[in-house]
Amino acid sequence: MSVLQDPPAATAPEPAAPAKPTGAPGTSGIGLLVVRIAVLTIVILWLIPTLGLLVSSFRVRAITETEGWWTFLANPFDTAQWTLQHYRDVLGGRSGFGNAFFNSLAVTIPATVIPITVAAFAAYAFSWMHFKGRQILFIGVVALIVIPLHLALIPILRLYTQGVTLFGVTLIADLNLVGSYPAMWLAHTGFGLPLAIYLLRNYIGSLPSSIIESARVDGATHFQIFTRLVVPLSVPALAAFTILQFLWVWNDLLVALVFLGGTPEVRVLTMALADLLGAFGQNRHILPAAAFVTMVLPMAVFFSLQRYFVRGLTAGAVKG
Amino acid sequence: MTAVVAIAIPIAAMALVLWVFGWMRTTEMNRGLVVLVAVLVGVGGVFIFYYGMDRIVDLFAVRWQDRIRPWVFVGPALVLLSVFLVYPAVNTVILSFRDASGSEMVGFDNYRFVFTDSAMLRSIRNTLGWSIIVPLVATVVGLVFAVLADRLTRLESVAKSLIFLPMAISFVGASVVWGFIYDFRAFGNQTGLLNGLMVAVGQEPVAWLSQEPWNNLLLMVIMIWMQTGFAMVILSAAIKSVPEDLLEAGRIDGASELQIFRRITVPSILSALVVVLTTVVIATLKVFDIVWVLTNGGSGTEVIAERFIRYFFQFRDGGRGAAVAVLLFLAIIPIMVINVRRFRAEEEIR
Repeated sequence: MSVLQDPPAATAPEPAAPAKPTGAPGTSGIGLLVVRIAVLTIVILWLIPTLGLLVSSFRVRAITETEGWWTFLANPFDTAQWTLQHYRDVLGGRSGFGNAFFNSLAVTIPATVIPITVAAFAAYAFSWMHFKGRQILFIGVVALIVIPLHLALIPILRLYTQGVTLFGVTLIADLNLVGSYPAMWLAHTGFGLPLAIYLLRNYIGSLPSSIIESARVDGATHFQIFTRLVVPLSVPALAAFTILQFLWVWNDLLVALVFLGGTPEVRVLTMALADLLGAFGQNRHILPAAAFVTMVLPMAVFFSLQRYFVRGLTAGAVKG
Repeated sequence: MTAVVAIAIPIAAMALVLWVFGWMRTTEMNRGLVVLVAVLVGVGGVFIFYYGMDRIVDLFAVRWQDRIRPWVFVGPALVLLSVFLVYPAVNTVILSFRDASGSEMVGFDNYRFVFTDSAMLRSIRNTLGWSIIVPLVATVVGLVFAVLADRLTRLESVAKSLIFLPMAISFVGASVVWGFIYDFRAFGNQTGLLNGLMVAVGQEPVAWLSQEPWNNLLLMVIMIWMQTGFAMVILSAAIKSVPEDLLEAGRIDGASELQIFRRITVPSILSALVVVLTTVVIATLKVFDIVWVLTNGGSGTEVIAERFIRYFFQFRDGGRGAAVAVLLFLAIIPIMVINVRRFRAEEEIR
């Protein structure tokens, strides 16, 4: 997994010109032209679907429903076809998307912060503290990374609705959590933890031991070392996982369907969008704008924090 | 004694967190306030909890402190993992031998159903197709693009970003996006690009997503569209780390660029290729959203993950749902073994 430990930054400045093999074919003349055309072709192919969505989200209803979105190319400056009405409809009260946006935030922020905090403490213990079974417990964590969350959903739902009884003894009472934010926070925390612990332990464990040891010698407690030394030094790893977890939770439909499915007032964005897509009702014309509303935050994260995002995704590649 | 304390402390941790969550559940407050409290609990509360536990450990005799403290740090994580992953996974296996409500043992009935029901069999066939075609195509296209982009003199990172962008959006969002490609209208002008092209070349428009079995391929294209960027980024990093003098030596020996790529570059990035392939396989095995929203599992497009949510969530059949989940898990076990082995090999090097 060594390629995962030190992933590149997509936005990192290109290496200085001399680093490129100047004599290699494809870097000059005809070869470069062919490469450029090939790259451009793939990029255009990749962008066309999103372009269709973007165009449709700004065109008046009568046109989107009767013409292909590509017809805008014929007269792109005909302002009569463009409108912001769909976005107004989506964000206005009746579509429920404003509410869903809010719910997505309420689910996502704690479901990101809680696992990262819990994982950071555990990662520190796995790296710099001595206790029995440290190695075997950590291997267990590694094994849990790929467990598909489908395997956990049914019992967790039963735990939320019925509690846990073992041999007739009630261990955990009915939590009555279904349809609430905490149901989502806890579930996403559980699902996100193995990878978070694994990544952070790799990072925190590779900090120079001389720093930790000299702090110990100076009389610092583990708690002080963790908060004053390790957390500030681990910001890149923490940021990478934060973004990764944020996107997982924000884009998740499965967990939301199971734990929030029956409660419309806590519906998150992905559910609202899926409902709209499944409905053949009169609201379908706002679909493109609604889809863009759900994408705007992840895309903003993507463009502003691309370096961490790429690092997190490449590092988080193995999650189950 | 240590053990008792070690267990009691994490359980106290859970109790506190659950109590806070329970309080928030019952409180009829302004939503904005709930979110604010949620964030405070997430950021501050959890942290303060650790701090409090750490201080409690300080009360113990010095010789106990070093033995208890690690469990304060690692305990909450272990409890959460046990309650939300280990216990449910084991429980799911048990439930897969029970009936729909989980009360009666039914032996292997659920598994018999899983391997005989025609929709289930189709889902197994389709999932097999997905988990072979999507990783292969995404990896090949990603590799080709990485190699090409590596040769660009400028705008390399821009080109890569644009390919990578689909990774940031949800499967539902991606499905909406591709609706504008696959759409079919029985009357009037076509609004889907593919049918627009069909009409432009004088063909009849086609209801793409109802064309068995090709509709499966069309759905896979969406997943490929999303995963190629990931493959490209990892492979691009691996390609850039191939030592330049190795390539130069090949060129001096008169090898063609294609030979250098096959004999030097590909062997050097083999481990990255394995990571990409296994990762995309896992992601593909679990995807249900695309099928769920675009065809609703109809027209022969069932996949295992979609069957899971169908039986468990829609048909309320915990037994069959659990059996499908176990099936999914069995498919992933080989990758889990690979991961643990790779991890142990890494630890040897450390």
